[in-house]
Amino acid sequence: MSTADSARQLWEADATKILVVLAAIYATYLLSGLVLGYSLRGQLNSIASLTFYIGVFATLALALNLHWGYTGLFNIGVVGFMAVGIYVMAFVSKPLYGSGGAAQVGGLGLPIPVGILAGMVAAALLGFVVALPALRLRADYLAIVTIAMSEIVRFTFLSSTFQQFQVPHTLAGDWTRVGFGGGSGLILDFPDPLLALIDVLGLSTVYDGLVGLVGTVVPNNPDPIVHSLVYGLVLLGVVAGYFWLLKRTGESPFGRVLKAIREDEDVARALGKNTGRFKITSFMLGCALMGLVGILWLMGQGAVTPNFFRPRLTFFVWIALIIGGAGSNTGSVAGGAIFAAVLYQGPLYFQNLVTSVFQPGDAPGSFGPAVAPLIANFDPVPFLLYTLDSVRQLQLVVMGVVLIWLMHNRPEGMLGHRKETAAAIPLVGRSEQGERTDADAVGTDPTPAGDASGGERDE
Amino acid sequence: MSDADAGADAQGRSRPEVTDTPLRVEGMSKHFGGITAVDGATFEVERGTLTGLIGPNGAGKSTTFNLITGMLTPDAGTVSFEGEDITGLEPYEIADRGLVRTFQIARELQEMTVLENMMLAPKGQRGERLWRSVLPVARRDVVDQETELLDRVWEILEFFEIEHLAEEYAGNLSGGQRKLLEMARALLTDPDVLLLDEPFAGVNPTLERRLLDHIHELRDRGYTFLLVEHDMDLIMENCRHVVVMHQGRILTEGTPEKVKADEEVIEAYLGGDV
Ligand SMILES: Nc1ncnc2c1ncn2[C@@H]1O[C@H](COP(=O)(O)OP(=O)(O)OP(=O)(O)O)[C@@H](O)[C@H]1O
Ligand SMILES: [Mg+2]
Repeated sequence: MSTADSARQLWEADATKILVVLAAIYATYLLSGLVLGYSLRGQLNSIASLTFYIGVFATLALALNLHWGYTGLFNIGVVGFMAVGIYVMAFVSKPLYGSGGAAQVGGLGLPIPVGILAGMVAAALLGFVVALPALRLRADYLAIVTIAMSEIVRFTFLSSTFQQFQVPHTLAGDWTRVGFGGGSGLILDFPDPLLALIDVLGLSTVYDGLVGLVGTVVPNNPDPIVHSLVYGLVLLGVVAGYFWLLKRTGESPFGRVLKAIREDEDVARALGKNTGRFKITSFMLGCALMGLVGILWLMGQGAVTPNFFRPRLTFFVWIALIIGGAGSNTGSVAGGAIFAAVLYQGPLYFQNLVTSVFQPGDAPGSFGPAVAPLIANFDPVPFLLYTLDSVRQLQLVVMGVVLIWLMHNRPEGMLGHRKETAAAIPLVGRSEQGERTDADAVGTDPTPAGDASGGERDE
Repeated sequence: MSDADAGADAQGRSRPEVTDTPLRVEGMSKHFGGITAVDGATFEVERGTLTGLIGPNGAGKSTTFNLITGMLTPDAGTVSFEGEDITGLEPYEIADRGLVRTFQIARELQEMTVLENMMLAPKGQRGERLWRSVLPVARRDVVDQETELLDRVWEILEFFEIEHLAEEYAGNLSGGQRKLLEMARALLTDPDVLLLDEPFAGVNPTLERRLLDHIHELRDRGYTFLLVEHDMDLIMENCRHVVVMHQGRILTEGTPEKVKADEEVIEAYLGGDV
């Protein structure tokens, strides 16, 4: 069928764009490492963490794109939904208190997939609660409500009230000690999710083989390297899943109404669309997806603390979305990848690379000693060392500069104008018989009350 | 609307002489701060007619449209549609019942193509349910319906002579083209009563003639139109019934001849700043 063919072509074009961006990123990382003689272990580690951050930022940008790019919902509380995702997941899936281990509090001891589902549902429900009153008001109220919510969530998990408490966990009325751990964090003492997944899929032998294989080139403790590389691959699979889901959501009558809401909600309402329902559905779906990223980001990290979820993480996601171009799923993935590689991991990678290859001495402790030699006898080394040492702080400055540059020069994003069509079929050219002449068009019945309309009504 | 309702409508439309009034406005008022935009307006629109709504600038015509279609809530009075009180309903609920309006200043969805604008309008799109659009098997249905819709959209685009703009972003259209898109889109919702707010402003005379012919054709089949228009000749030629508004009140109504002869109208409108 020709429509299916052309649809596939379009999809391939999108996928090609993303693959090109990814290939360029990986090539740059590997080549600069090779040229400077970075150790293999360092290379593999940086590729693994690069992949991890590409995965999380691409998925977050995709979810935010559903809110902002498609529906025009100004959500600046992304971290709140992520936090609820992982905390609820931990609450459900941590083993019961007292079942061994050092954890101060336990969980409900349910399987990890149940926990993941619960975390996503909780994030979606929080989205519902937040959106319901705010969606009736002007658009900027949602922004205020979401950022306030994300801070309330953070302070809730920080508070000592919820540090530990008792809940009944059996029908017989046995109580168990659970909690969110307060400011000192929550230990995620469930079994390693990646290994569990590999086990369920029956791929343990393949995985062990892989560890052995990597062991031949990196003899000393290859296990964590393989683990993080494979986890990165899983995350890229999740990116593909999000992309597929959101592309289908966008390319449909549902997505068309979302786009119309973004452009002019009154028009959509005047055409009979219950825009409130569409906005809530879109918002809850995006929140659930953000909750899942929160889970995937932290599930394997051993512990989670509330202060991980500061508002600046939300702004990182916004930068990623703006780089790629709001309104485009392809752009969101590319933006997430570019953000992760260039702005988020890039400076640190550069720092690691330079430090490990040139092994410079200690950097000056403060700005004064750093610039003094530069002014006194034109010796730039201390200043450069100081700059390299402050790369984490400078990172935010660079992000700000990039953001301002983008706003001025490429407001539609790096990949150009959003043009993903909101229809389940490609809206290109006439589908049959080529062009009709004008006379034909008058002759045919152009009215909406034509014979076909009866069959198309459906509620 | 269910299939059964659609059938009933089709029968209703085929009746040659229809006397009932699908749209009634009674004692409707709206104040904006100190301004009384609409002041106790009462009028009816007969089924299968093209009714004109005229009045000087600021008379309250567009506000009346906003009140009827739920974009604004009246301070007093009621609106009923097909015998049902629809005052205070949400705009989408009113549009869903078959009472659809166009905007005086065309409100195209700028960053959507003309085709996307058009495809948005039809009612009862299965794919507006998220799960149907996403789930693999259910989506086949959606794709089929989209293919049908697209054909209908092309026909209407061709009729409105904007098919060459189909893949253009609506934000790139000219003023007249936007008015055409707006009206074409409203027709795609398959309304029973269509409220048109100055639909011909900026449309070239030949096309205006064709659109009017088309409106008459639809009217003959039982569609009902309420038309705001400043061109008195156009109103006199095409409407059997004219409602005249002035300063929020209904000044007079009746046949074009009667309205034209009315002293007050001459004073307020025809002799004024038209
Ligand atoms: N949202 C609003 N807020 C305040 N005043 C308004 C609003 N909408 C309309 N008005 C006022 O109500 C009065 C009627 O306006 P309306 O747009 O209904 O006039 P109109 O008959 O459509 O005029 P025109 O022929 O120029 O389109 C005007 O005085 C206008 O200033
Ligand atoms: Mg007006």
